[in-house]
Amino acid sequence: MILVVAEQRDGTLNRSTWEAVAAAQQLAGEMPVKAVVFGGAVEAVAKELATAVAGVLVVEHPALTVYTPDAFTQALQQVVAALGPSYVLLPHTYQTRDFAPMAAVRMGAPIITDVTGVNGTGASATFARPMFQGKLTADVRHEGKGPRLVTVQIGAFRADAVRRGGPAEVTSVEVAIDTTAIRQTPEAPFKEAKQAVDLGQAERIVAVGRGIKSQENIAVAEKLARAMSAEVAASRPICDSGWLPMERQIGSSGQTVAPKLYVALGISGAIQHLVGMKGSRIIVAINKDGDAPIFEVADYGIVGDLFEVVPALISALEGSRQ
Amino acid sequence: MKIAVCIKQVPTREWQPRLNDDKTGIREQDASFELNEPDAFALEEALRLRERHGGEVVVCAAGPARVQQVIREALARGADRALHVEDDALAGADAAITSAALAGAMDGERFDLVLTGLQSDDQGHAQVGVMLAERLGIPHSTIIMEVQIEDSSTGAGQGGRLRVKRELEGGWFQWIGMPLPALLTIQSGINQLRYATLKGIMAAKKKEIRKVAMAPGLAPTQRIVSLSLPTRSKQTRLITGSAPQAASELVRLLREEARVL
Repeated sequence: MILVVAEQRDGTLNRSTWEAVAAAQQLAGEMPVKAVVFGGAVEAVAKELATAVAGVLVVEHPALTVYTPDAFTQALQQVVAALGPSYVLLPHTYQTRDFAPMAAVRMGAPIITDVTGVNGTGASATFARPMFQGKLTADVRHEGKGPRLVTVQIGAFRADAVRRGGPAEVTSVEVAIDTTAIRQTPEAPFKEAKQAVDLGQAERIVAVGRGIKSQENIAVAEKLARAMSAEVAASRPICDSGWLPMERQIGSSGQTVAPKLYVALGISGAIQHLVGMKGSRIIVAINKDGDAPIFEVADYGIVGDLFEVVPALISALEGSRQ
Repeated sequence: MKIAVCIKQVPTREWQPRLNDDKTGIREQDASFELNEPDAFALEEALRLRERHGGEVVVCAAGPARVQQVIREALARGADRALHVEDDALAGADAAITSAALAGAMDGERFDLVLTGLQSDDQGHAQVGVMLAERLGIPHSTIIMEVQIEDSSTGAGQGGRLRVKRELEGGWFQWIGMPLPALLTIQSGINQLRYATLKGIMAAKKKEIRKVAMAPGLAPTQRIVSLSLPTRSKQTRLITGSAPQAASELVRLLREEARVL
């Protein structure tokens, strides 16, 4: 049996949960796929899941209404001990990253994270995951005993590929959580200052990465953006350096966008960036390294020095408009 | 405050991947190595906490002899001393082994706070920090953007509390409290990095690097069957020629073929 750990917030399923279900269905072979959802008042979520799996387990407990790694690890360990799944699949979210490795150690279970592909089905399956910032793909197999944990990278499987059927049974499962062993005290989530730019609404985006080299060079990208009627955005390291504000960051820790046109300047294309932009309709990559992973998702590419190509692009755009 | 910072040595960003003969690993002799960038932010945060609250910063690394390069660099940036779990088997080891090797070496030190980067630029498991916390029996939190020490008047091993700002997805954040000792994985960009001064480099030569043997009997929990160049999900149309030629061709294609301009 394959167990998918659903992620929900305030009664809404995280989209990446469906992607994990899609991965589970591909991996399953003859095995049934079940899902477990932790929290409080998750009935509606459970019903939604029941259309796609062979059984839904609902684990409601006051200590699970607000996420902590200590409580979720206890709950997952008990559910896994009761069900004995061959595989446990989780979406590779920040929440999963926070507790799945802890649960793996506590259960003595092997874990493979950041999985982008499943090869084969059942016990002999192997899992594809990026390594070296996406420069290489590894095909990896679990070793040792215990349920095999897998975290599924966001955007790697298609949520709309999930096969649906008649509603499966929803079962309530009791867990005993030792609340004195919960060491984290979380406060309410918040957003920093209101976001002035909603890049999600932009039709065109010009994004810069490490290849832009210095803050002064951002002006070149801004000029290209003006010539294309585009918004300027960036990969994480550029915002970390303070060259552009954090609200212009694209990727797993920033915004997810799907504009008509996405122009990536000097962006190598680490998976954390790709998950935020690979839904764009047309992707253009300009990079001096022809082996950069950004070219895996690009529709058009120029391998070259962006400091030569971008001014030429600006001239071409302005020249042909006159 | 006795603070540990776990660091990793990884191939440089410019490194062009070359595989070994059985295609399960990289050709190490072709690679040049550097400090894993996320760990540099963890080190910087530790140095800043020491400046505010006093105490010492101990660098901890697990890897073969070549890892000394980044240990020396961390010492030159200001760490006080280092622990090095040295074993050739730790090159390319999985997170379960690396965290167990580090835990074995760090257990007796009774650190108040352990910091790691949020993931490594080579394997990128994002597991070692969380696994290490569980093995050391201390609470943790991940992807941290700010660290506040409460009750900082207490000395090493005296407890106290932390309040940390954790990054969630989509621009959300959350403050989390927890008792010390604790482990945090630090998000890149939490601070501005400092680099080693000549004085720091000279001072580092006299600082202690204690070598520790890896605990015996650690078994891998995963195995790389094969490594390969990624498959392209799209057929990229590469535009060649001089910069002006390529630029006008791209503009033409975006207007006439893709119709996005």
